[in-house]
Amino acid sequence: MSAALLAIDMPAHADTVPGVHAEMRGVTRVYAGLGGQSGVHALASTDLTLRRGEFYSVIGPSGCGKSTLLDVLAGLSRPTGGTISFEGRPVDGQVPDGVGVVFQEDASFSWLTVADNITFGLRRAGAEPAEVARRLDYALRLMGLADFAKSYPAQLSGGMRQRVCIARTLVLQPRLILLDEPFGALDAQTRLIMGDELLKVWRETGATVMLITHALDEAAMLSDRIGIMSARPGRIIKEVTTGWPSARDSRVATDPGFGRITADLWSVLREESLKAIGQGNLR
Amino acid sequence: MTRVGFLRLLVVGGFVLVLEAMCRTGLISPRILIAPSEMALRLAQLLAAGKFNADIAETLGNVAIAFVLSVGGGFAIGAAIHALPRLRRAIDPFLASYYALPFFAFYPLFIVLFGLGRGAIIAIGFLFGVVAMIIATLNGFDRIPRVLVKTAHVYRMGPVSAALRIKLPSATPYLFTGVKLAIAYSFIGVIAAEFIMASSGLGYSIAYAFNNFDNRTMYALMLFVIVLVTIVNALFHGYEQRLLRRLGC
Ligand SMILES: Nc1ncnc2c1ncn2[C@@H]1O[C@H](COP(=O)(O)OP(=O)(O)OP(=O)(O)O)[C@@H](O)[C@H]1O
Ligand SMILES: [Mg+2]
Repeated sequence: MSAALLAIDMPAHADTVPGVHAEMRGVTRVYAGLGGQSGVHALASTDLTLRRGEFYSVIGPSGCGKSTLLDVLAGLSRPTGGTISFEGRPVDGQVPDGVGVVFQEDASFSWLTVADNITFGLRRAGAEPAEVARRLDYALRLMGLADFAKSYPAQLSGGMRQRVCIARTLVLQPRLILLDEPFGALDAQTRLIMGDELLKVWRETGATVMLITHALDEAAMLSDRIGIMSARPGRIIKEVTTGWPSARDSRVATDPGFGRITADLWSVLREESLKAIGQGNLR
Repeated sequence: MTRVGFLRLLVVGGFVLVLEAMCRTGLISPRILIAPSEMALRLAQLLAAGKFNADIAETLGNVAIAFVLSVGGGFAIGAAIHALPRLRRAIDPFLASYYALPFFAFYPLFIVLFGLGRGAIIAIGFLFGVVAMIIATLNGFDRIPRVLVKTAHVYRMGPVSAALRIKLPSATPYLFTGVKLAIAYSFIGVIAAEFIMASSGLGYSIAYAFNNFDNRTMYALMLFVIVLVTIVNALFHGYEQRLLRRLGC
């Protein structure tokens, strides 16, 4: 498939700071408690800079606020404090145009076929039928769903449903793609393959990608940079640069550098994970 | 036919045969119950003569209007209440205890309000069905996965568009429960109301036959009501099953 099909138009707005695509400054998020209960402090003061066109992964112990980070960055929930910007404009209680999100939970529409799921956003935007068909065809093949276009999500496995959601996001050609553990429901081999496909899409489109994952090797293999989050209240405590060339795939796992990166990540993440399960003092 | 379906047919068929035998042998007096075959025969005669066509049409019309109003009104009211959590907390107890009310005790009130015509009858059918639909709508909207609501935001959909294109289809399996109850309650409400306050319609005709010792007509009309309700429910059930299978429920 040609790169041109998915290539992105020039962004509507230039970045204020050259090369900075999205940015969080001092962002906090506290979930209000129900009836007298104290709230949940999900995000501590978090700074994050996504450079235009980079592949950034976020790893962190479970429950540390990764999904919360994605929600506030996408404009799906308002931060308690701090500022967020996308393409030089503040993000405030609305998902900006050009941002695509793949959620951790299954978000496929059970009442639509796979094809109708994938083209949902395109049809809403009033795209030409020929263009809709073209992008659908591409997405179906990319995600290995070509034989299931007329199936309903209920007839698919969890991993395939997640692929439907990825396809649904990609056909809109977002300039910033946020993915929350999109491969969580996939088996190990499919995970690797899908990671490679994601890299291909990323290269072809030039989109900025933020991937939340709990798999160290996935982060180490796919990313330009990796942010490690602390135990809740989460914030990014360390960033690791991989230095991979952009023409990479899952085979970088055999590179000697791969082991070093993974070890780096784990040395920080181990402590935070222990804290997260309440054993910080056992280390 | 499935094994269960076959068994079901056997149960119903057996019951009818036993009844038939008991009536034919005089175990059950014809003054109490006439034989099922006689009911069917009489019903066929009545239908062929067209004697009750107007009553049947009127009752079906009343049920249809009460049903449509219950479903449409119940959905709209339910969606509105769902959007107003405070109001909902305030009226929750009324909704929960609504069906404890003995409606038909208030029929004089309906006559005063709606007059002695179809209006009062349709009103009873509607009031009987609407709350089931409201409750089903609230239940369905409660169960819409939060991630779907977020997805609507990602597609930058407005509240109306999100309600119609995401929330409504997502809540459909629960709404169906309300629709099914609304059908049943519309039938019950309308026919019962016709019994006590109408001068035409199926309910009235059954009561009239009863008061005039016309057992054969009375049972024929009862059989008609049973067959009618069974067919309507079977059609609806079949549609629901197909839909639910598609949705993987
Ligand atoms: N809507 C909400 N209301 C209240 N508390 C919430 C809400 N969403 C998340 N939380 C709490 O905020 C904290 C962070 O949640 P979040 O889902 O962001 O973590 P996560 O890192 O994505 O977890 P996981 O690894 O399980 O995906 C958790 O303690 C969670 O219970
Ligand atoms: Mg999460």
